[in-house]
Amino acid sequence: MPKFESLDHLNEYRRQLRAKRDPKQPQVLVCAGPGCLPLGSEEVAQAFRAQMEEKGLNGKVALKTSGCHGLCARGVRVLIRPQEIAYQKVTPADVPEIVETTLVGGGVVERLLHEEPETHARCQHKGDIPFYRGQQSIVLRKLDVIDPESLDDYLALGGYRSLRKVFFEMTPDDVIDAVERSGLRGRGGGGFPTGRKWRICRDTEEPIKFVICNGDEGDPGAFMDRAVMEGDPHAVIEGMIIGAYAIGARRGYIYVRHEYPLAVKRLTLAIQQAREAGFLGKNILRSGFDFDLQISQGSGAFVCGEETALIASIEGHIGEPMPRPPYPAISGLFGQPTIINNVETWANVPEIINMGPEWFAGIGTEGSKGTKVFSLVGAIHHSGLVEVPMGTTLREIVFNLGGGIPGGRAFKAVQTGGPSGGCIPAEFLDLPVDYDSLQQVGSIMGSGGLIVMDETSCMVDVARYFIGFLYEESCGKCTPCREGLKQLKKIYEDITQGRGEEGHIALMEDLCAAMASASICGLGQSAVNPVLSTLKFFRHEYEAHIRDKKCPALVCRPLLKYTIDPETCTGCLACVRECPVGAISGVKKEAQEIDQELCIKCGLCFEVCQFDAVRRE
Amino acid sequence: MMDAARLESILSRYEGEPYDLIPVLQEIQDTYGYLPKDEVKEVARRLKVPLTQIYSVATFYKMFSLIPKGKHQVKVCLGTTCHLKGGPRLVDSLCSRLGVEVGYTSKDGQFSLETVGCLGSCAQAPVMMVDDKYYARVTVDKVPKILKLYQS
Ligand SMILES: Cc1cc2nc3c(=O)[nH]c(=O)nc-3n(C[C@H](O)[C@H](O)[C@H](O)COP(=O)(O)O)c2cc1C
Ligand code: SF4
Ligand code: SF4
Ligand code: SF4
Ligand code: FES
Ligand code: FES
Repeated sequence: MPKFESLDHLNEYRRQLRAKRDPKQPQVLVCAGPGCLPLGSEEVAQAFRAQMEEKGLNGKVALKTSGCHGLCARGVRVLIRPQEIAYQKVTPADVPEIVETTLVGGGVVERLLHEEPETHARCQHKGDIPFYRGQQSIVLRKLDVIDPESLDDYLALGGYRSLRKVFFEMTPDDVIDAVERSGLRGRGGGGFPTGRKWRICRDTEEPIKFVICNGDEGDPGAFMDRAVMEGDPHAVIEGMIIGAYAIGARRGYIYVRHEYPLAVKRLTLAIQQAREAGFLGKNILRSGFDFDLQISQGSGAFVCGEETALIASIEGHIGEPMPRPPYPAISGLFGQPTIINNVETWANVPEIINMGPEWFAGIGTEGSKGTKVFSLVGAIHHSGLVEVPMGTTLREIVFNLGGGIPGGRAFKAVQTGGPSGGCIPAEFLDLPVDYDSLQQVGSIMGSGGLIVMDETSCMVDVARYFIGFLYEESCGKCTPCREGLKQLKKIYEDITQGRGEEGHIALMEDLCAAMASASICGLGQSAVNPVLSTLKFFRHEYEAHIRDKKCPALVCRPLLKYTIDPETCTGCLACVRECPVGAISGVKKEAQEIDQELCIKCGLCFEVCQFDAVRRE
Repeated sequence: MMDAARLESILSRYEGEPYDLIPVLQEIQDTYGYLPKDEVKEVARRLKVPLTQIYSVATFYKMFSLIPKGKHQVKVCLGTTCHLKGGPRLVDSLCSRLGVEVGYTSKDGQFSLETVGCLGSCAQAPVMMVDDKYYARVTVDKVPKILKLYQS
């Protein structure tokens, strides 16, 4: 990779790169994203390498490992270009057949094609799969095209092209104008208008400023930032260069949680490549602009996603949030004006510059422009990453893209926004998803986790889960959050263990009111959302727990009872081996029995019984 | 000091300023598996950071440990999706098989058991990790097989 001294030099290199690349050359893209990796992407890629070698295809067929292809539930995914044949659930054992049939013979391996859950229709091309048909991608566009470790791949798709416009045709104010006109709002949760934040920062007089990318992604159930950092790291860097130019920053930080080692590795490599190519460093592309970036790793504290805590953490302190104002845009890292944006926010910026703010503002709804990436998980056929225009309805996402609920079960709720969000019941399935409408039903967009729940989920348990999570993660600095969460947690334990009392619901509502108004940071303020939204839409479930001491969804352990049906039990003893307290006994090959005194209701016997002989009620 | 040269090579990559504290501790944690006392003292001296601040940082962030961990780190995800899909039962099963509570190391020093907020592979829930390897869609009956891979 040369160091690009000027724009002409970069353009010439890009031209050569394109001339060298044959768009018809067959390519195999093995997904190594967060969903496919644990299913064995590396082994599949290795099998391809070996098979292609054997068949003499090296040099003729390109093999790449790429970022997430979206449909993680059916991993390991393999995409064959240029035909766009999408194979699913590929194992190393399937590879010889793919190489023989598709790469050598030009045919299709039917059994590895995507199959729709209800109709069993097979889809040969990526574009035929309903999951992809309903999407529009800006941020995820390159994830199943490029090798994230190749700067050439990124450049060939027009990467770093926006820098030409920014450095040589636009003033910093023009850039901020463009971002404002695009209507881009922060994708990290709050939805603050990005351009406005940049302008506040630019308007400060301070000579030293910083930009930060928030890659903490602490929301459980969300993995889109991870997928972007791992799958298209240069897009984040390019966005940050533009932002730095706009506000006048010379240094930037990408804050990544240490649970994401691959993201750290890819970003480190990408920063190094960008520096060598002259996109970072001094006098970038002879524009006279200097900017450099470094990575700062989180150490496992959810509250560090909050911007003031994140800043404290980069400075070497514990991650305690500070009351705002002053906002970081005025006084942030080391007391200097600092812009913090989310990974997805930064990744949108180069496209806004390339395609123009009007194009971006043409997508989405009145108050929420562009697209949003969601991680769609839970009780749904097509778990994975989706990117849709703002304003797409929940029904469209859950049923058309997500393929609906498995096992013939009924949809119960979708949880959005992580621990700061809420549960939305079926009556709002036709809600267009954007910042404002989600807020109207007591939830938030958050970072974009969509967790689908069916009738096997207990909403009291879900709220208890989030409160427990936040209780563990609260920094404890302010009393309403620290003590409020402690009390809420205790009440949830009482309710789910059969000690619920009549006054509990009113007490919870009082605690929530105090926490929402008096906590220092968003953690305490929004911790009430999971409580209030479940109380509002699923109050009957709370009442069943409190009054009848029953958990209708059969989740809350102490309210359950396990028995073994003597008719169906085969006496295989699988449950006996698993039971941690030795509560199950009987003669081998005959029906077993559970000693109710000893049983701790862990449910392990229920899970291991192959014969459905364990009853739960 | 356990190994002065090792600590020296870590410190040599930093400027010796207080803001280097967390990255330095991260490297020590990664190298030793915990934060040994003598090393911590030396870091305090070299970065000019009071010991109390180091201990407040070391106890605030989950990745740091003041006691040595087991040979293998078992992490069970208890993120929302994993919670819904049976993560807690995996924890129960591991606790009873390893004879430990979450946060502790088995008597033979082989395994430390931890839970984490979300590993980012939610589409394959429930997920657990041993050292650097992810295990997808783990059911209780797979637990002994996974542990066996690491029992020497
Ligand atoms: C407790 C808490 C955790 C947060 N975690 C994250 C996070 O993981 N990633 C993120 O981008 N923003 C997170 N935020 C929001 C950030 O504070 C900040 O608003 C955001 O990074 C700004 O970027 P944006 O304008 O691009 O959305 C969190 C906020 C709170 C209160
Ligand atoms: S609201 Fe909670 S997390 Fe935020 S500063 Fe207060 S105690 Fe800490
Ligand atoms: S629920 Fe748990 S404790 Fe009770 S019998 Fe089953 S395995 Fe044993
Ligand atoms: S696992 Fe099921 S079939 Fe086997 S002994 Fe237990 S209850 Fe009976
Ligand atoms: S990780 Fe492979 S499709 Fe998402
Ligand atoms: S919830 Fe377990 S991996 Fe995300």
